[in-house]
Amino acid sequence: MSAMALFGQLLLGLINGSFYAMLSLGLAIVFGLLGIVNAAQGAFYMLGAFFAWMLGQYLGIGYWPSLLLAPIGVALFGMLLERTIIKRVYNLDHLYGLLLTLGLFQIIQGLFVYWYGTSGQPYDNPPGLTGGHNLGFMFMPNYRAWVVVASLILCFGTWFAIEKTRLGAYLRAATENPTLVRSFGINVPLLVTLAFGGGVALAGVAGVLAAPIYQVNPLMGGNILITVFAVVVIGGFGSILGSIVTGLVLGVLEGFSKVFYPEASNMVIFAIMIVVLMAKPQGLFGRER
Amino acid sequence: MPDQVLEIAGLNGWYGESHVLHGIDLKVAPGEVVTLIGRNGVGKTTTLRAIMGILAKREGTVKVFGAETISLPPERVARLGVGYVPEERGIFASLTVTENLMLPPVLAPGGTTLDEIYRLFPNLKERARSQGSKLSGGEQQMLAIARILRTGARFLLLDEPTEGLAPVIVQQIGVVLETIKSKGLTVLLVEQNFRFAANVADRHYVMESGKIVDMITKSEIAGKMERLEEYLGV
Repeated sequence: MSAMALFGQLLLGLINGSFYAMLSLGLAIVFGLLGIVNAAQGAFYMLGAFFAWMLGQYLGIGYWPSLLLAPIGVALFGMLLERTIIKRVYNLDHLYGLLLTLGLFQIIQGLFVYWYGTSGQPYDNPPGLTGGHNLGFMFMPNYRAWVVVASLILCFGTWFAIEKTRLGAYLRAATENPTLVRSFGINVPLLVTLAFGGGVALAGVAGVLAAPIYQVNPLMGGNILITVFAVVVIGGFGSILGSIVTGLVLGVLEGFSKVFYPEASNMVIFAIMIVVLMAKPQGLFGRER
Repeated sequence: MPDQVLEIAGLNGWYGESHVLHGIDLKVAPGEVVTLIGRNGVGKTTTLRAIMGILAKREGTVKVFGAETISLPPERVARLGVGYVPEERGIFASLTVTENLMLPPVLAPGGTTLDEIYRLFPNLKERARSQGSKLSGGEQQMLAIARILRTGARFLLLDEPTEGLAPVIVQQIGVVLETIKSKGLTVLLVEQNFRFAANVADRHYVMESGKIVDMITKSEIAGKMERLEEYLGV
């Protein structure tokens, strides 16, 4: 086996891992604060890609502005859903939130399949990130390197914001005791809506980043959602750091399995999930509930 | 400043379908320490929760610093200058002592500084980096009170601050309450420990079955001891 093939799969694994990390991080934020297992996260990922494509197609807006505008659009749409629909199941069992958001996911995905079909819309690499570099041991496409760097900055920036800032402390405290945090004068319902917006915006950014790699397809969210759920379970539901680390590591493991035993590559993450659930049900980074 | 820090008239409250407060009337003047006393389950904690806006279903009039708050959410009540220390203390297990202290935003100028807090509660300084979950009950109570003092709140609602604490800690809480009082802050205190309450409070409202049934001033306590013991089931 050549080093070129090995490092090529490592890069592919890192890219997939980057998307897993961003999507599962968004899930962890929403679950940690709201107790909602947000199955619509895949739809928000797809919407990020589609919003970027629409901005380009209908308004002539390029990749870089879209990288900001599309996630904002996704966040606003997500916050509207949270305020009008999702908040109604906060006090119910997690299963109701899962079913509700699964329903939202199916409707959003179904609408986009109806409007745009399933063949996929092409989205070009942004200018300045076309081509690549030969590193000697592998060929590194510039755009893919950008995706890995951007997702690492975004994931660890989010971790820093939640773990090391005052706003993050409010979020963590509101997770433990929202009523008391409100009695400190903090508008927790607004904080919850903003956190939900932030969580789904991460999926939106991931969607924009994915658009030039995978094309823009209404089914792209559904394809990745199950794997992302497995990542979240392995990392520990609600664990911020767990989502990031597990997402990246599992992406790489999946990539390597494609080199060493391709038949297992679709199963490796789920096999790990089963082992983790049996040995440490709260996940590798999760706290016991 | 209005004549009364707190003015409640005809306050009714419900937990779901259960009617638990039946027309509460009470007043607290600036700088007073007033207690709500009574047996377990008579509605003392619920009254504090209703004042704070935490009790979802409530009716009547609750004026804080002259502003009607009956329909306000807790964050708006707090921003009027109200600090609330719940019975369960509400220390955040995932945050350190310092993070717990610094968590509530400053509501008004004139709050206790961190240095003053550490002078008042030396234990907290020693445990500054400990997780909230690692503190003893007494330390948690001190942290809960200190946390509210830092915000500049001028009216404090304290729910059973001495519950389950060793006598030496209760004494320390008493000293803190005297300090709070000397600073001119107003306190509404729910307390089961009447001996403690009698020492620190100016007046006592007695509750039974979700109603205020008596009001006793500090100077009247000696003459009404028998009645008080009856109210409290001593």
